[in-house]
Amino acid sequence: MSVLPPDMDAAGFAAFLEELRGAVGADWVWSGDADMFPYRDSFSPVWNTDEERHASAAVAPENVEQVSAVVRIARKHRVPLYPISTGKNFGYGGPSPNVNGSVVLDLKRMNRVLEVNNERNYCLVEPGVSYFDLQRAVDETGNKVMLDCPDPGWGSPIGNSLERGVGYTMPHFRDHFGSHCGMEVVLPDGEIMRTGMGALPGSDTWHEYPYGFGPDPAGLFAQGNFGVVTKMGFRLMPMPEYYRTGLITVPRRRDFIKLVNHVNYLSDSGLIGEVEYGSALRALMGDRDFLALITKTGGPSDAEMDAAASAAGLPSWQVELQFFGPEKATLENWNYAKDRILSDIPGAAAVDGDHFTMPATEEQLNNTTQPWQTSIKRRRSLGVPSLGAWKIVRDDGHVGFFPVLPRTGEAVFEVQRVLGDAMKEFPSLPSYFNALSTPLFWHTHTFQMVFAPSIKHDDPEHNAITHASMKKCVAVAAEHGWGDYRAAPIYQDDVSDTYSFNNHILRRFHEQLKDSIDPDGIIAPGRGGIWPRRFRA
Amino acid sequence: MRYFVTALGLAAGLAGIAAAQDGSRSGPGAPELQEGKAVYAHWCAPCHAADPGLAGTLALQNKYEGSLPAALEDRTDLQPAVISYFVRNGVAWMAPFRPTEISDAELEQLNAYLTAPLEQRGAHTQLLAQEMVRKSAAGGDQ
Ligand SMILES: Cc1cc2nc3c(=O)[nH]c(=O)nc-3n(C[C@H](O)[C@H](O)[C@H](O)COP(=O)(O)OP(=O)(O)OC[C@H]3O[C@@H](n4cnc5c(N)ncnc54)[C@H](O)[C@@H]3O)c2cc1C
Ligand code: HEC
Repeated sequence: MSVLPPDMDAAGFAAFLEELRGAVGADWVWSGDADMFPYRDSFSPVWNTDEERHASAAVAPENVEQVSAVVRIARKHRVPLYPISTGKNFGYGGPSPNVNGSVVLDLKRMNRVLEVNNERNYCLVEPGVSYFDLQRAVDETGNKVMLDCPDPGWGSPIGNSLERGVGYTMPHFRDHFGSHCGMEVVLPDGEIMRTGMGALPGSDTWHEYPYGFGPDPAGLFAQGNFGVVTKMGFRLMPMPEYYRTGLITVPRRRDFIKLVNHVNYLSDSGLIGEVEYGSALRALMGDRDFLALITKTGGPSDAEMDAAASAAGLPSWQVELQFFGPEKATLENWNYAKDRILSDIPGAAAVDGDHFTMPATEEQLNNTTQPWQTSIKRRRSLGVPSLGAWKIVRDDGHVGFFPVLPRTGEAVFEVQRVLGDAMKEFPSLPSYFNALSTPLFWHTHTFQMVFAPSIKHDDPEHNAITHASMKKCVAVAAEHGWGDYRAAPIYQDDVSDTYSFNNHILRRFHEQLKDSIDPDGIIAPGRGGIWPRRFRA
Repeated sequence: MRYFVTALGLAAGLAGIAAAQDGSRSGPGAPELQEGKAVYAHWCAPCHAADPGLAGTLALQNKYEGSLPAALEDRTDLQPAVISYFVRNGVAWMAPFRPTEISDAELEQLNAYLTAPLEQRGAHTQLLAQEMVRKSAAGGDQ
């Protein structure tokens, strides 16, 4: 499946590769099927079909000067580059580009942790630094800060945050792009730019004050295609002294609405970290009648659900709360949360959970002593990078659609019903949306819900169902105002289409910017649904 | 017999204990294997270490049902060409590794480590979390 860059013949491609070798060394340029295999998206639902996107070559610079040189060479030859940091974006396209024949700009070799500051609580990293690498650097400076990492520790702060990825500790650290401060970018003409205070020669506040003066273009580089990010600063949380957990249950279906409002209050007041919503009623899903009830078209009534809960003697909903801080503060905050919720919701109950001094021991990280069946993944909750969660992957991988919805119980009920009904068109899929589906509280101020159908390398029919269901789910969700937060290249145009206010002015604005700074589409044309004039034609 | 004990231990969630009873798996291991062991620790252990809950270990436990050790580091049947094949091509949802992650030279070192006699491999590789815990217990590096 060898491909060439757009508008280029084999001789031109060979000359281009030769120039790249001159810039980075012959060992750091790859092309041809065998070498490009690990640059394919092994979680692709269009694996081995015409729709799969293939890169033509990969180039791996060692420093920012080489990045700049590579960009200039690509500009000269009009070849699209597709920058990746650690290239582990599985579920959202892996390392594969939007445009066939693009050259992957693999930044893995730029893997220095440039600073870990334990007094002012930030770090500065290069793109190839993984969460594992950063944690090791943090250990070397005394383990005085807590990371906030996504499930897979082999991804990178830069790659993950440029996808607006999420983590699992305190609210303002979970939004990884939101917790960055200061970046260095190689622009499509090869110039090196710094944002915020990085633009002021001699300033020592690049990773503390994000704005500098005038407009802040940092947002253009997340899910965008306006440059290659070569450094980023991130805020870090000082290692909390203590960690504490608690469980709250509420008896009736409608109680979820009040429960969510209380948790919002606790979170927005900075009293709790990430929470896990759940339902003890999931234990009944093996029962066919109960399963039929929760997946009923139009949704079950509150009375039916409450009757099932009381017959089983189970509460309808639960939330697991996590507290970080000084020991006494975590206890007071937990007591406050209990009082606040139990005094407002009749029949609500609370269970004290594990609590201990940080950092956690290995046994505490294994999370085996909670007095209830917990959904908390302790390592990620405490910012400890691992690949522990990889075992949730089914078949050969999956693609993800996580619609953004308001933080209200009513919105959750509506998503359960609307997307539950819409996805009945695909009966072979697991039931992602039913009357017990709970929201994820990942981003600081919104809910998301999960749709993540699997893929199989040797089963195109299975993959076709996954592919069709993704498109349908994105479309139906958008009709109700629930937008995707992030998508693989094969879905980026579909998703971008849904953000259509005022005849797609947002996309038209981005296109104008793209046309003026990168008309030939040297940097990731198509990413974020933004195409330069050359490819729009 | 070792395999049997290890597999049973994994099934019972007691991998650490089974390994500890195995006197040949202690100490740092042969000096010439250290680089390969470091590659294993960085890139493979997070899924393949002797912990029954990890993705790779769990999948291989299910695949071989104890007839081969579930932890890659305890296997003696792997050939360099087989390891290289899996590393560069992946399998199921184990994605392939690129030369920017594991260079050809590092892959050779990794192969040397995973095919060396067990008694030269030294103690089982620890996960990052275990390294962190050990460091904190020792007061960190401050
Ligand atoms: C089981 C499982 C669990 C997961 N859990 C989470 C989770 O908890 N949270 C989460 O956020 N994600 C999660 N993911 C998705 C994904 O694995 C992570 O987000 C991962 O961190 C992304 O890969 P990466 O960090 O290597 O980024 P990369 O793949 O390096 O980058 C992602 C994209 O960003 C752009 N980009 C990267 N670097 C640059 C650069 N320097 N300049 C310009 N553009 C760039 C490119 O378009 C690239 O394709 C999960 C996936 C799986 C399979
Ligand atoms: C993200 C998790 C993950 C990582 C990291 C990982 N693997 Fe795997 N590996 C797996 C899984 C899962 C399987 C089993 C797949 C299956 O057959 O179901 C596997 C299978 C294998 C196999 C096949 C064994 C057999 O007998 O079938 C080999 C060999 C292997 N891995 C080597 C490695 C090496 C070497 C590394 C490090 C360079 C590594 N893996 C890193 C998850 C991982």
